[in-house]
Amino acid sequence: MDWINVIIQGVLVGGLYAMFAAGLSLIFGVMRLVNIAHGDLIVLAAYLALVITQTLGIGPLTALLIVVPAMALIGYLLQRILLNRTLGDDLLPPLLVTFGLSVIIQNGLLTVFTADSVKLQAGAIEVDTVRLAEGIYVGVLPLLQFAVAVAVIGGLQFVFYRTALGRAFRATADDPAVAQLMGLDNRHVFALAMALSLAVVAIAGVFLAVRANFDPSQGPARLIFGFEAVIVGGLGSLWGTLAGGLILGVAQAIGAHLNPGWQILAGHIAFLIVLAVRPQGLFPKVRM
Amino acid sequence: MSMPILALEKISKRFGAIVVAASIDLALDKGEALGIIGPNGAGKTTLFGIVSGTVAPDSGRVLYEGSDITRASPARRCAMGIGRSFQIPLPFTGMSVFENLVVASAFGARRREREAYQSCMDILERCGLAEKANRPAGSLTLLDRKRLELARALATDPAVLLLDEVAGGLTEYECQALVELIRALRRGGISIIWIEHVVHALVASIDRLLVLHNGAFIADGDPATVIRSPQVAEIYLGIEADA
Repeated sequence: MDWINVIIQGVLVGGLYAMFAAGLSLIFGVMRLVNIAHGDLIVLAAYLALVITQTLGIGPLTALLIVVPAMALIGYLLQRILLNRTLGDDLLPPLLVTFGLSVIIQNGLLTVFTADSVKLQAGAIEVDTVRLAEGIYVGVLPLLQFAVAVAVIGGLQFVFYRTALGRAFRATADDPAVAQLMGLDNRHVFALAMALSLAVVAIAGVFLAVRANFDPSQGPARLIFGFEAVIVGGLGSLWGTLAGGLILGVAQAIGAHLNPGWQILAGHIAFLIVLAVRPQGLFPKVRM
Repeated sequence: MSMPILALEKISKRFGAIVVAASIDLALDKGEALGIIGPNGAGKTTLFGIVSGTVAPDSGRVLYEGSDITRASPARRCAMGIGRSFQIPLPFTGMSVFENLVVASAFGARRREREAYQSCMDILERCGLAEKANRPAGSLTLLDRKRLELARALATDPAVLLLDEVAGGLTEYECQALVELIRALRRGGISIIWIEHVVHALVASIDRLLVLHNGAFIADGDPATVIRSPQVAEIYLGIEADA
């Protein structure tokens, strides 16, 4: 019974990792940009939610209504004003610029909010549980977080394959030069992709902040979890990314159950095993 | 006198020491079909790049319906009505044939999705691709990819269509079908500039033929006359088999 609980906890946390990963994979897929600041943007969204909940006196889940569009707007402007200038044949400039961005965000947050860890308070929902079976209880919040993660991945899948915007993303990813001649303005399409990525980041950031304490230094670790989930799942596959997140979450939960110090290590080991045995990931898509 | 739909004024472009456009002037009237021939490296494809906005000229102006579009983005020009097909087919390989057209129609012609569907199906029908609508574009043969190039350019609903060697590799029968299609497009009011090595298909479809050599037009006039001119014979000497 104990182990079933552990695995369920792992699966539920895995949804969060899948959300970290989805935004990352979206950006890489559409514009070949590796966003090193992704983790820090998650933490930034968490702090944004903190400020909003405190000033407006609303709950974190209600705050999503503000944080999501705000982060999307930040994403659009960030891409339009800064990141579009770094894109080209060379992968290095966007890597360096987003690395710089990561440092700036971390230190900016440190200056404004100090290094003390904080947490978003969601109220009664935090301790509510439901009984799945005899002896198996799960928290309502982790369950909600998981449901939202599945909905986000499903939503992205729908946008990508069923809408005009998705076709614009796929056409631009396929051949940006030709896409321009089909009336697609790359700068705008890339900015929309970043806006969508940061909208997902906003949701992930809020759930992260409700689940546990956070501080300005947590970004890079979230970035690593995101990367690992993408690679485990296979590049270019959104449902694969969800699976990757779950595997990472379960591995960490098992590690933590064996020994509290092994949580992170177990996740990395699971990642290394997949990388060694199946470097293309579990559910690779032909090509993005 | 009516204003040309598309005009190039003193366009110059060089890549290092190679001159691909030496103060080129060109005017395309509404409804006109122009053919351009010239040896490889004469600057034909670069000229299309300059018109469609992917290549910036060193000097000179590009005018569309009288307004200066020299600095307009390729996406903007496409939306204004300049459609282009590529010599080497460049389909969006990860998408279906139909989706390739829907993208072009939705963004190039600013159509709503639903409206786009019907017009895209019509275009696929006209270009002989209707049965392959749901195939991934990456799985098409070279010939079908060339058809897709033309179909996708048409889906952007162009007023000016730039065709870059669409007849190469076609059989005699297919070539005839292409000539018919291009004549039908002209009747629909589309102005055309067509770069082609398959001279007989070209001559059968156009009003005026220009010869580009070392970045300059060295002949311009009635297709039958230009083809027989001494300059053309001289330039093409030795590459006859290719034409």
